[in-house]
Amino acid sequence: MSDTHAHSVAFARDTMLPPAPPPPGETGAIRWIRENLFSSWSNGLLTIVSIYLIWSILSAILPWTLQGIWDAGSLGECRAIRDERGLSTAACWAVINERWLQILFGFYPTDNQLLASWFYSDELAAAGGLEAVFGPGSNSTARIEFIAAMKADIGNLVVFFFGYWRPLMALALLVVAVAPILYSSLPRKLLWFSLAYPFVAVFLLWGGTIWGPVSVAVGLVAAILVGRVVAAASGALLGMLAGIVAVLAIFLNPLPFADIGLFPLLPHVTGVLNAAMPIGLEAIPSDDFGGFMLAIIIGTSGIVLSLPLGIVLALGRQSSMPLIKWICVTFIEVIRGVPLIVWLFTASLLLNYFLPPGTNFDLLLRVIIMVTLFASAYLAEVVRGGLAALPKGQYEAADSLGLDYWKAMRLIVLPQALKISIPGIVNTFIGLFKDTTLVVFIGLRDPLGLTNAIRATAEWNGIYWELYIFVGLLFFVFCFFMSRYSMYLERKLQTDRR
Amino acid sequence: MADVTEPPRESFRLSQLLYDSRYRSLTIQVVAAMLIMALLVELVDNTVTNLAALGKDIGFGFLWTTAGYDINQQLIPFSSQDTHARAAVVGILNTLLVAFLGCILATVIGVLAGVLRLSKNWLIARIMTVYVEAMRNTPLLIWILIVFAVMTEATPQPREFREGGSASMILWDSVAISNRGVYIPRPVWAEGSGLVVAVFLLSIVGIFALRWYARRRQEATGQQLPVLWISLGLFFVPALLAYFVMGRPVSLEYPELGGFNFTGGVQIRNSFIALWLALSLYTSAFIAEIVRAGILAVSKGQTEASFALGLQPNRTMQLIILPQALRVIIPPLISQYLNLTKNSSLAIAVGYMDVRSTLGGITINQTGRELEGMLLLGIFYLITSLIISALMNLYNSSVKLKER
Repeated sequence: MSDTHAHSVAFARDTMLPPAPPPPGETGAIRWIRENLFSSWSNGLLTIVSIYLIWSILSAILPWTLQGIWDAGSLGECRAIRDERGLSTAACWAVINERWLQILFGFYPTDNQLLASWFYSDELAAAGGLEAVFGPGSNSTARIEFIAAMKADIGNLVVFFFGYWRPLMALALLVVAVAPILYSSLPRKLLWFSLAYPFVAVFLLWGGTIWGPVSVAVGLVAAILVGRVVAAASGALLGMLAGIVAVLAIFLNPLPFADIGLFPLLPHVTGVLNAAMPIGLEAIPSDDFGGFMLAIIIGTSGIVLSLPLGIVLALGRQSSMPLIKWICVTFIEVIRGVPLIVWLFTASLLLNYFLPPGTNFDLLLRVIIMVTLFASAYLAEVVRGGLAALPKGQYEAADSLGLDYWKAMRLIVLPQALKISIPGIVNTFIGLFKDTTLVVFIGLRDPLGLTNAIRATAEWNGIYWELYIFVGLLFFVFCFFMSRYSMYLERKLQTDRR
Repeated sequence: MADVTEPPRESFRLSQLLYDSRYRSLTIQVVAAMLIMALLVELVDNTVTNLAALGKDIGFGFLWTTAGYDINQQLIPFSSQDTHARAAVVGILNTLLVAFLGCILATVIGVLAGVLRLSKNWLIARIMTVYVEAMRNTPLLIWILIVFAVMTEATPQPREFREGGSASMILWDSVAISNRGVYIPRPVWAEGSGLVVAVFLLSIVGIFALRWYARRRQEATGQQLPVLWISLGLFFVPALLAYFVMGRPVSLEYPELGGFNFTGGVQIRNSFIALWLALSLYTSAFIAEIVRAGILAVSKGQTEASFALGLQPNRTMQLIILPQALRVIIPPLISQYLNLTKNSSLAIAVGYMDVRSTLGGITINQTGRELEGMLLLGIFYLITSLIISALMNLYNSSVKLKER
């Protein structure tokens, strides 16, 4: 059969033709544009409308941004330069160029002695040396003028890196401390540094004697050790109790602002150690803190402190003990029901009424406490969602393994529940970080408050957009990083492959 | 046959309070109760001592004394001779007004942005992504300040609306946007306008009745009524008829430039506009994400099943997708409304006279009653929140999947 066929057909192709290329409209950019931008009449219309929209926005913003003036001493100068160049519109970025240090750090003092002795040594010698300029007997007007001249001479960048080395180092170490928590591929030993970081940061930022944070840290370690020893000898509950008693005994008067303790042990120890070995940095009061640094300090402390509190509250709300549950529900609902501003005003106006007579403590610390409590109530609800989403079988499995409550929570329930609630947790953190701008209303100098302060000067009176854009971008970068990180974490922890 | 062994009868030991899980929870609760009581006693005691030291007492009598300050936006009449309590009510109404209007605008923008972000059109989807990310990752306070700056700095002064000036009114000379506020026409209700309003309200009731009847009829007979056209007709025709029959009793009073400012019409203050727009834009970004998540949460099989049943696309959306998506959307949506209401306390940034700046601001400053003022303010917000979350719980339980 095949033979006859082969004979009757004149030609039979025995090789495959190479595939022809698709028609021109079906490949590359044209196809992409047709499918994504002009798939139907309505879509085409939408595309044209949005291109027009983008064009009109960009044509308004881009010239203004790109033709911006970076070198000027005041808004008036900016306008003069703009008219001189014949531009119809131009941003006055000069205000950022001149004041970015202030927006970042507020009125946090620079390390002038370091700057003077490193970068201004000749002039320092001419002025009579370190002692003459910065010493106790130095004339303050002359000193202020000297410092202003020095900063103008050595430039903002040098002042940034060396004048503000304390907050910068605190930030750099924060990155080091946070990295092993965020990325599990880093060595686990770094976690010890994360534990020590709060004390390092307090020392770097607030200064004072190094023995304050050191003795607090040692005291905490001692209390934990006492708790551990007692727990090993006579049960977890007594151990916890012993730990609490030890903390009370050591810390009842931990900080110098409240003289209410029964055993004011720590200040004495600190005093003695400091007299023996005076190591320390210049002490800086919280009133001088400001700028974006303040947002980071409040945000970071709020995030770190609110997570454990929020988890405890969520567990409390799920508790089978009616009283505990009732307390947690009341706390969460009351905190969540009232805006943060009202809580901040409460912290600044009313807290003194609730504390023992005569106590008065740092506004910054009060704000951190309030922000922490506020965020923890929101976190509690997020974590509760995660706990509720977990199948009941997981709880029962933990029980049937004979785990006690805390072990079951720590080993079985919380790892899964927290994983489910990661997006919500990170959203709460982003919200907390954004809410740090509200402290401007109770008199702390956050970046937005500083934009008002800058606008209040004669040079920069009437400047709005440049400052708002700069501050907005600062916040955007941090919040955007947090949201992307949460997406990365979700993908990484996704164990069910769907 | 072996006897059933009785469990040994234990006598109660004190250590069981700690180590027996039957009693331990009791112990913990008693200890917690004592600690809470001690804390409360300490707080109250401190407060009483501190107040006594300052020579103050606790009392709410200040609410009935003369306020002595003016409020620049009032929904009910208020003068500086009225009481602090009335000032608080004016503030509460202002808070509720901006919250209510904010919720509406935020929902409109948010739903639009959320749907468009799912659009097949690449460009539209990208624009909406940029919008949502920019709004969500920047503090609300910055947006309020930016919108306020736009309203006060980038808009013309009233005198530029004069003949030959650089600015002009929009929408057929009825709305003026100036740096002193936005001026819109004011409706003037002449005699007989009550009837027009009544007819209009009746026709709205009629529309609902019609829809109810149409559904009943369709369920009974399978025949559909042209509901949309009849509704549109009902909406416009009777009210317009009444309007002309009564001799056009409702008219508009347009804002006009007189002297250095506008007279006539209604002035909407820039502080209100800034707060309203910024709150709406900010919240709309969150609502957009909620809507997007809600639509994505309805599985594709539902759409396919609906098509397999022969339903048309718009009926599919109406009867299959939306009811399921709404179940996911509504609870977080309501909590966004709650957030918006609480965020309206940022009115302080632009000087909008909400309850925080009347009751929690000027009243406190004038009377020195921080404790009472903040307490009342907190209670107001708490009650608002609790009412809204009660409504949410009601809704949740009504749409909950009925299982087992």
